[in-house]
Order: sequence, then structure tokens, then C-alpha cells
Amino acid sequence: MSLTLTDIGRIANLARLEMPPAQAERMLTQLNGFFDIVEQMKAVDTSGIEPLAHPTAVIDHVSLRLRPDVASEPNNREANQQSAPAVERGLFLVPKVIE
Amino acid sequence: MSEKKQASLLVHGYEVVIGFETHAQLATQSKIFSRAPTAFGAEPNTQACAVDLALPGTLPVMNREAVAHAIRLGLALGSHIAEQSVFARKNYFYPDLPKGYQISQFEIPVVQGGEVSFFLGDEKKTVRLVRAHLEEDAGKSLHEDFIGQSGIDLNRAGTPLLEIVTEPDIRSSAEAVAYAKELHKIVTWIGICDGNMQEGSFRCDANVSVRKPGAPLGTRREIKNLNSFKFMQQAIDYEVRWQIEQIEDGHAIQQATVLFDPDTGETRAMRTKEDAADYRYFPDPDLPPLVIARSWVDEVKAAMPELPRQMAERLVADYGLPEYDATTLTQSPAMAAYFETAAKASGQAKMASNWIMGEVSRRLNSEEKDIAQVPVSAETLAALLKRIADGTVSNNAAKQVMDALWAGEGQDVDAVIEAKGLKQMNDSGALEAIIDEVMAANAPMVEQFRAGKDKAFNALVGLVMKASKGKANPQQANELLKKKLG
Amino acid sequence: MSLNDLHQMGVAELAAAIADKQTSSVEAAQALLARAKQHQNLGAYLSFNEDLTLAQAKAADARVAAGERGPLLGVPLAHKDIFVTQGFTSTAGSKMLEGYQSPFDATVVANLAKAGAVTLGKLNCDEFAMGGSNENSAYGVARNPWDMERVPGGSSGGSAVAVAARLAPATTGTDTGGSIRQPASFCNVTGIKPTYGRCSRYGMIAFASSLDQAGPMARSAADCATLLSAMAGPDIDRDSTSLDHPAEDYTRLLGTLREGATAAQPLKGLRVGLPKEFFGEGCAPDVVAAVRTALSEYEKLGATLVDISLPRTELSIPVYYIIAPAEASSNLSRFDGVKFGHRAAQYDDLIDMYKKSRSEGFGPEVQRRIMIGTYVLSHGYYDAYYLKAQQIRRLIAQDFQDAFAQCDLIAGPAAPTTAWKIGEMSDDPVANYLADIFTLPASLAGLPGMSVPAGFGAGGLPVGLQLIGNYFREAELLQAADAFQRATDWHTKTPEGF
Repeated sequence: MSLTLTDIGRIANLARLEMPPAQAERMLTQLNGFFDIVEQMKAVDTSGIEPLAHPTAVIDHVSLRLRPDVASEPNNREANQQSAPAVERGLFLVPKVIE
Repeated sequence: MSEKKQASLLVHGYEVVIGFETHAQLATQSKIFSRAPTAFGAEPNTQACAVDLALPGTLPVMNREAVAHAIRLGLALGSHIAEQSVFARKNYFYPDLPKGYQISQFEIPVVQGGEVSFFLGDEKKTVRLVRAHLEEDAGKSLHEDFIGQSGIDLNRAGTPLLEIVTEPDIRSSAEAVAYAKELHKIVTWIGICDGNMQEGSFRCDANVSVRKPGAPLGTRREIKNLNSFKFMQQAIDYEVRWQIEQIEDGHAIQQATVLFDPDTGETRAMRTKEDAADYRYFPDPDLPPLVIARSWVDEVKAAMPELPRQMAERLVADYGLPEYDATTLTQSPAMAAYFETAAKASGQAKMASNWIMGEVSRRLNSEEKDIAQVPVSAETLAALLKRIADGTVSNNAAKQVMDALWAGEGQDVDAVIEAKGLKQMNDSGALEAIIDEVMAANAPMVEQFRAGKDKAFNALVGLVMKASKGKANPQQANELLKKKLG
Repeated sequence: MSLNDLHQMGVAELAAAIADKQTSSVEAAQALLARAKQHQNLGAYLSFNEDLTLAQAKAADARVAAGERGPLLGVPLAHKDIFVTQGFTSTAGSKMLEGYQSPFDATVVANLAKAGAVTLGKLNCDEFAMGGSNENSAYGVARNPWDMERVPGGSSGGSAVAVAARLAPATTGTDTGGSIRQPASFCNVTGIKPTYGRCSRYGMIAFASSLDQAGPMARSAADCATLLSAMAGPDIDRDSTSLDHPAEDYTRLLGTLREGATAAQPLKGLRVGLPKEFFGEGCAPDVVAAVRTALSEYEKLGATLVDISLPRTELSIPVYYIIAPAEASSNLSRFDGVKFGHRAAQYDDLIDMYKKSRSEGFGPEVQRRIMIGTYVLSHGYYDAYYLKAQQIRRLIAQDFQDAFAQCDLIAGPAAPTTAWKIGEMSDDPVANYLADIFTLPASLAGLPGMSVPAGFGAGGLPVGLQLIGNYFREAELLQAADAFQRATDWHTKTPEGF
């Protein structure tokens, strides 16, 4: 299968990327070039194969570590916001959010 | 239990179908994936640490207590607690969502199935649960303070939530409210949520649709953030009327997310989040599967309090209370404990129930106190009930004693009765004397009675009681008067 | 001791010289900073903070004065700019993070600092570690000191260049699909990617969460072992994917004989597996030749070569280039111009701000991978792409377990070619992806892998021998590499003029 410009537009919007027509065309060619090499995956029979999300799970069971419920992070607002584009009265500013 | 068994009450010939999604903030010290505090109302972004802000390089580490709370809920609702569940990323862009995705559970939630039972009037209802899953709360957007801009406060971001999802089993706004109240009671009872609806600790979304009986489910609209039981009922009633009107006018219902405006009493469609439909869920590679050992579940189970419904059933069995009393008295563990102490100490269960639901609750309500702040101990109430039972004071006089105790005029019931001179007159000699006086002073009335005017009898009893300043035992007064009028 | 010689020292020598007070950490730091700045045309370093570096060096010297000794105490190092650091900007090679100041240090950086290492500066890399040539850096290419017209490889290009050109005795890198092993191969440097989860990912700006691993790059396997011992270890409080295995001394097997081996044949009994898929026509003849020569050296050391197969080697390309971009598309969503990072100067509304900020902040390759990742996760495609890729990933990992039934470690080329010319492949993304074929399988399986200088191919360009071990076998891997380096001097060769 190969993608269309419509797909590119839809995906770019989902990913919040600006995609002017010329760039969309280029992107389309490159992605279709990539998905050609993806085709070979189809031939692999993966029925009943459990997906591998955490590599070492191949050899032993991996499970989530749990942390004691202790609030130990101090207020570090100043340092945390030092690279913020727009802050006022401790709030991050963004163009109005309409609900 | 199957949907059909649910009694449906029709609105203009339509059946109302409601499913609930409730976000309960979990009572933990720290966030679900970070060690920042969860306290409400701090200065903006002072409780949002590097992890909560999604600063580059940060990673989530799971809070054990949040999982324990999920186990507690599962046990309370008779759900299956998954031996293994998976955290997934729900991807969408929004300013109050720092990572650009919410860590939630999608395909395999931690709590599966279960049910919530409650009484609607005297009818027992059961609502089935689909699931309850762990996830992180988002931050808040503040729109008021800035012109053309919104301010983002991420203190709430990362607060642990359980999203509790029901089957579409609910058939009326009243039933919806009853369900929400019962769920609210349970989560606060087992201590996993503070239940503070004003602060958003317990937020309900209602999926509402209508259909002709027997027809397939209609298109639903989701009413978001119902944060008071009052608005809940108003919002659902409005939404149901609106949907029926639309259909009657020949318009199809469009699936939508709506907000309820308490000022107008109306619901309005939200500016729908663009492409909200495509969340690109996938298992979070930063978090291995959550594994819950049976032994942990047993441990939590052993430490669980008796649940409200079990306790209500026990109150019926052990104290012979009506269902209604038992349900009312199990509003909170404190209320139930107050009743049991008073009932045991007085040996007057029903009387204790009546007094707590009546005199005690009325006084608490008027002073906007809850049972934890009651000024009259259960033991003291029991002592008073004993005095009513053994005839030392009349029920009315007992209310005056209660006023005194409530006002703090002494703790010893007998002393108060004595001081207030409210002791009932049980010495028949003194009473006969009063009756003789009354009869002598009201000869005409006595004549009327003897002439067959029964009404006169009650008037005479009234006069006797009055003359005894209310201390006469009414039954005794009746009997003696009858005898004398012979 | 003359300041001019300091840069010629590796980690072990420098640590010893500092401990023996032949030089000081401050002296070494000053000399290396001067040299690094003198060679900025290589594009290895992105940022310095001289005051902070010297303050750290002074502190280290104070520890030395107090009688403390340590294999890294006072040794100046440099970090790939993918690691966040306090006091040095952390950009991940992206315009998105231009001037970004982190309020905390990556765990790996903090661990090295605890051991007394001093930070010289931050090193160039492909943007968000996406690339194999360092050409995807927003701050310009890094140049291969063996041929300034050629790429150093990537994504840890700056890390490889700094070691090869002697601008630092050792550096840190990260490896998601080969980003330590391939540039090490291109620049005649030794580098190791440990088992997934050995090093904490906390403070490593995430590319692909289930693949990213930190590792050292240095002039010898022995120096790598010293660094890895300090870098690795569980990070219970900060990284849920960091392994519970206790920290190890990865130097413990260096110079020791395998059981039943002799001084003449220290690797006697070691079975080295050669995957036939790694030696096919997909690999350049000069690379194959150099690797074969290196392997015959292993036979001299007592190892036996066994033919094995990793049948799904070719599949690792689509599998990796679905999984990594999928995870990346989500990991990079936090760069939205709200809390940190680039925000466009002009925009109409919120969505427009997102789109302009991200399109201005991310380079072409990053945007390409975000597009691929978003697509394969999008509604209706998840099962066919992401899920299927994760299933094949298990098969690939299983193939390795089958192979390790026949051998103790696996050997082959780290890359199918030597370093290519800058610009040669930059407009052909797929060609770049294909060039990762030999490093991707071990990455998908989460296995430890390293690249060891193995001689030179056409035009005198370095060739790296890739060694892959089973899970948690880093010590054995380093032992085998060290034995090779005791018998050969490829790793000591420096490019002319450095």
C-alpha cells in the first residue's frame, strides 16, 4: 500500500506539524520509499507471538517497580521555569484555550 | 444482572439510558508517577516537579499506594483485580497535558467488572461496572486572568485518578444521582478518595441517550464534569428533554461532549478537541506491566473495613431495623458507629435509630456539623433513651433534656432531668388528687362526657396533663380518669 | 609534566598521573579545554562552561589532596548533548532546545561526577539522536578527523570525534540503533552499549524509550570498562526500566585468562559466532577483509570461530524504523512551546502555535520520524505496523538466544561501510536507514554490543569489529575486546595531525 497527500495532511495535523504543499510532496515520496521496505514484514507469520515491549523480557519476567508514597519533591518552580517561553505569576501562558 | 431486569420508567414514551464515568482522585501524599505533593490549592506550579512538567529526560515511577487504592476499590465492588495490567499512552496535544500524552490504562485495566448496588426509594438497584483504571490527572487552564491568553497551572498534573466506568444500566436522573451518591459513599468509606466535589476530587461524566423501549441504544452525548449531585440531576433532566425534543422534531442526535451551565440550567456542546478520535494508544515503554500478587490483594482485603451495604444488612439482621433506617445510618462509618454504641448501651435499637435520624440529625444539619462533631456522646444518648424506656421522662420531655445536653448544660442525663424537673409523675396518689381537682373544677365537661360526648374525655385528659405540668404519664392519666368517670 | 602531553593520555594514565600528583585535574582540564577550542573546526563540542569545569576540577583536586584515589577522580570527560546537565546547555542537537538549561543532571552524569570525573563540555550529535552521520545536528556537522570531508558517524558523532582527535580521554554516548557502535567504528574508537536497562535513562533526552541506552566511548576497552562501572547501576527512584541488577565492576575480567586458557591463548575455549548475514554482499569488501583479519587474530588468541545465522537480520530495519519512530513521535510531543523549548514568534491561535513552533524547532529527519511514528500508531494501522513489529522483535531476540546456544559471543562488522562523504547520503533517508543493518538487531534485542578498532579499509579509513554478548555479559565482552587490544595496536592509532 502507499500513502496519499491526504494521509500526509492528516498525520501532520495529528503530529502538530506544519506541512506546506511542496514539503508534503517530498514527505510523501520519502515515506512511501520507506514503506516499500516495510512490506517484507507482511510475509512473517506472527500469529500467537507475544509482542516484545521490554527487551530483557525475552529471558526473564519484567514487572513494574513500585515506589513508596512519599512526597519529597520540594518546590523548584523558579529553576523548572527558567527555560519557559512565557510565564506570568508562576503560570505558563498560552494562546487562549477555548472549551 | 441483565439490562432487561432493570425497571425502566419512560419519559414521554422514551427510555432514558445513562452510563457513568467517574474520575476519583486518589488520597495519596505524592503524585502517581512523581514524588511531588498532591495537596490542593497551592501557589501555581509550586507542586509540579520536573516529572510533572515533562522536562526533557524525566521518567515516571509508579506510586504503590495508588495501586493499593485500586485494589481496595476492586475488593469493595466485587471486581476482578488483574494479576497483570498495562499502562498505555493516550496521545493528544493540550496545554494542560505536559507530556502531550496521558499515561492511562487502555486494553488491560487493573480493575475489571464488579457492581454497585443501592436503594432508590425502597427499590434495590444494581449498576454493573465495566472497569476502573489508573491514570494521571491533567493540569488546569485558567482563562479569566489574562486577555487573549490562558494561564497553565500544572499542580494537579499527575494526581492519581481511578476512572470508574459503568455499563449503560442507569434509567433515570434520580437513579443516576443515587448511583453517584452510593459510589461517593463507598470511595470515601474505604478511604481512597476525600470525596470533595468542590475541589474536583470526585468528578462525574454522564453518557446520556434516549430510545423507544426495545429499540437499539440511541446516540449518546457525554455531559462532562458534573461536580454536584444537584447539578447532576438538573443537567441530566435537561439533556433528556433536549434529546427527546430533537428526536420529536425529526433531528438526529449527534455524538458530542457537552458542559452543564448551572446559571442557565442548560447543557451546551463543547468546542470538541480536534482529532480527539485518534489518541494513538500504545503501551508506555517507560513502564513495565503492573503485576499484582494474590498475596498483596489478600493483605489489603484483611485490612478492609466492613462495607456500607454489608453493614446495613447486618443492622437489619442484628437490630431488626427497617432497610430504610439501616441505609440511612450507614451514610458514614462515624454515623454507623454512633448508632451501634447507642443501640447497644440502651438496648433500644429502633428508638436509637429514630432519635439519630430525627433529633440528632436535625440538630447537626441546622448547625451544619457532621456526626464527628456531635456534642452529645452515643453513651449519653443511650442513657437518655433508657430513661424514656423506663418511663422516667416522656418523649417530649426527653427532647428538652436533649436540648440541655446539646447546649452543654451538664453530661449526666439524670442530673439534667432532675435539675429541669422533667421527671414523669408515676405516683398514682398525687395524680388522682389532680384528677379530682380537674373534675371538680370542670363539672359541666364531666356531665357532657357522661351524656355521651366522648370528645370531652380528651379535653379532660389535656387539662390533667396541663395541671401536672406535663409530668403525668399520659397512659396512667387516661386509665385513672376512665376509672373515676366510670 | 608538559601540558602538551596530557591529551595523549587515556583515562587510566591520566587518573594515575593525577593521583600521583604528576599533574592536577585543573591542569588537565585547562589543557584539554584549550585543545578542544583550538580544534572547534571539527564541530565536536557544542558548549562549554569553563568556570564550572574548573570548579569541578578544583573539587576533584581537593579530594586527591585529602588522600582519595579513584579510577576517574579528576579525569576530564565530555558528554553527548543528549544528556541533561546543570550549568551546561542541553540541546539534543536541536534548535528546539537552543539554550535549554536543565534544573537537574542526568543520572549517568551524576554517577560519573560522584566518581570524581570533571565535565569539559557537551558534544555534538544528530538531532535527538536520530541519524548515523551527525549531519542531522541543528548546529552543524562534526567532521571525521581521519578525513575532514567525511562524516564521523552518528548519532554520537561528537563523542567519537572528541576521543579520536584527543579532545577528551573519553566521552559518553547513547545508542538506540547503533549510535555508539557505528561512530566508534568510523573514528577508530572503542565504544560499548550495555544491556538495555544497565544505565539509567533518567536525564537522557528520550528518543526511543525501549531502545535507548547510554554507554562510554574511549581509546580502549579497559577505559570503557572503567567508565561503565561508574555510569551503570540501578536507578530505582528515577527510572522504572533500569534493571535491578547490582552495579558491577566491569574491569574484573580484564587481563584474566578464561578457564583452562593459557597466557599465550588467553581466550582459549571462547566460541565466537559469525552470522552469515553479516558477511554477505551487503558488506563492503574492505570492511569484510579488515574484520576477517581481526577474527584470525581472535583465533590466535585461542578463540574458535563458528558459523551461525541471524535469519531476520534484514527484517530488523523495518521493525526498528517502525518501533523507534513510534516511540519518538510520542516522546517528542512534550516539545510544544509551552513549558520549555522553542516557541514561534508569530501565530494565530493555540494550534497554530503548536504547529509553527514544532515545525521551526524540529529538523527534517526528526519531522520525518515523527510522521512515520504518528502514522504507524494511528487508528487502523497499529496492528499492521507497531504490534506486528513488536512481535517480530521477539522473534529477532529469540534468534539471538538460539545463536548463543552455539557461541559465547557474536562478531561481525559494526557497519557495512567505512565513513562516507559529508552530504553524500543526506538526501536519501532510506539509504541511511539501510546502513544501520548490522547494529539494529542487537539494539532490538537489548543485548550488549561494542565496536573495537579492527584496522583500516580503503583510503585509510577505520573499520570497527562489532562484538555482541548475551544479556548482562558486558564483562566477558570487555575481556574479549581487551585481550584483542593487548595483542594489537589498531586502537592506539591516531589520525594524522592529532
